[in-house]
Amino acid sequence: MSGPLYSLTAVEMSYGARTVLRIPDLAIRRGEVFALVGPSGCGKSTLLRLLALLETPTAGRVQLTLNGAPVTARSASLEDRRAIAMVFQTPVLLSRSVYSNVAYGLRLRGEQDSAARIEAALRQVSLLPLAGAHARTLSGGEAQRAALARALVLEPSVLLLDEPTANLDPANGRLIEDAIRAHHDRRGATVLIATHNLFQARRLADRVLLLLDGQPVEVGPTEQFFNAPQDPRTATFLSGDLIY
Amino acid sequence: MTTLINALFEAVRLVITLDPAVVEIALRSLQVSLGALLISALIGVPAGAWLALIRLPGKRLATALIYTGMGLPPVVVGLIVYLLLSRSGPLGGLGWLFTIPAMVLAQVIIALPLITGVTMSAVLAVDPALRPQLRALGATPAQATRALLVEARSGVIVGLVAGFGSIISEVGAVMLVGGNIAGRTRVMTTAIVLETRQGRFELALALGMVLLALAFASNLLVVLLQGRQPNLP
Repeated sequence: MSGPLYSLTAVEMSYGARTVLRIPDLAIRRGEVFALVGPSGCGKSTLLRLLALLETPTAGRVQLTLNGAPVTARSASLEDRRAIAMVFQTPVLLSRSVYSNVAYGLRLRGEQDSAARIEAALRQVSLLPLAGAHARTLSGGEAQRAALARALVLEPSVLLLDEPTANLDPANGRLIEDAIRAHHDRRGATVLIATHNLFQARRLADRVLLLLDGQPVEVGPTEQFFNAPQDPRTATFLSGDLIY
Repeated sequence: MTTLINALFEAVRLVITLDPAVVEIALRSLQVSLGALLISALIGVPAGAWLALIRLPGKRLATALIYTGMGLPPVVVGLIVYLLLSRSGPLGGLGWLFTIPAMVLAQVIIALPLITGVTMSAVLAVDPALRPQLRALGATPAQATRALLVEARSGVIVGLVAGFGSIISEVGAVMLVGGNIAGRTRVMTTAIVLETRQGRFELALALGMVLLALAFASNLLVVLLQGRQPNLP
């Protein structure tokens, strides 16, 4: 399949009178790891929700081309939607066991006999010993790992991650990064990750996009983005001098 | 005082020996109220979830109407159902007046707003961030709604028990539309009124004990279900 996976054209997202995202043009390639960076409130999470087809832009078009014709949030089939999994910044787990939470998406798809996959996903995020624990008894970091396992077990073609390692200690953060990388390498999945952590973006991403005030400032290959930014605002942001 | 004590002893005896009159009236009460509860639950639980999740103009008005309905006086409901089902009423052709279906209809009208309103509140109390997460995992709207109802199950069960409590113990509506006909439409509350008026306190007290036992059992069920939560750290 040639052509980009996502194609965004003249996208605007507004809540009431406030426009929080304005992207004239953006293409995301299939199979790449794409990082969204920028200060808090710059529109990263909004962009991820649009890419997850959970919301429809106020103006413009977000098109996803999986295997056939391009689809939008309005026209996507259930099968299209199920090719995407998103992990939110603040994971909300169901009031049931960790195992049952991870099994939830598979059950929605009518997949039985998936115990081995569920256990593999739990092992990948080091939660297998807590499989029987109730989700409400997990710490914040454990809940975040359970949410990632819940998405990884679905083996999505597109994985969207909103600050997946926020509030995690470095060891747990590395564990999650390894799981993301393993999923990408094994499945050839496209991974979009919104992160505050510039080191993480540098470690994981093939390309990086900087958003400021809901607008793209610069998008480019990771090495170029960090070593030779084209826009002075990118350089300021990377140096940590950007005050918001 | 002696009358009360004697009546109490006799009432206990009637309950323990499963007196046929007590059993017959209690079973009819359960038939009417459980039937009404089932119909109200089948309509009210999905309706409550739907109202909690949709965004529509007029939702606030609908919510206000439902909350008003939660406090409907049973005797007024009975009056309206009576007028609807009476020979000259719009539903008179059904021939339901002074029958079990009329009593079920009246009790559905009493329980439905209660179950709908409590379900709506329970679903609204679930973390609003859960819904997009369910959709992002591939849930259809129906699957997401089902998961949200499971999350809100404690509240939904409280609504069902409250609905049952409100109809099993009401007297005004079933008296008006059922007519308290012996062997046909007499239920515990209407029988208690009649027996008390006629000075037969022992049967009235026996039925009162059964009513209290049912109320206790349903509330115990709620407590037990709510107790099935994990031990939090």
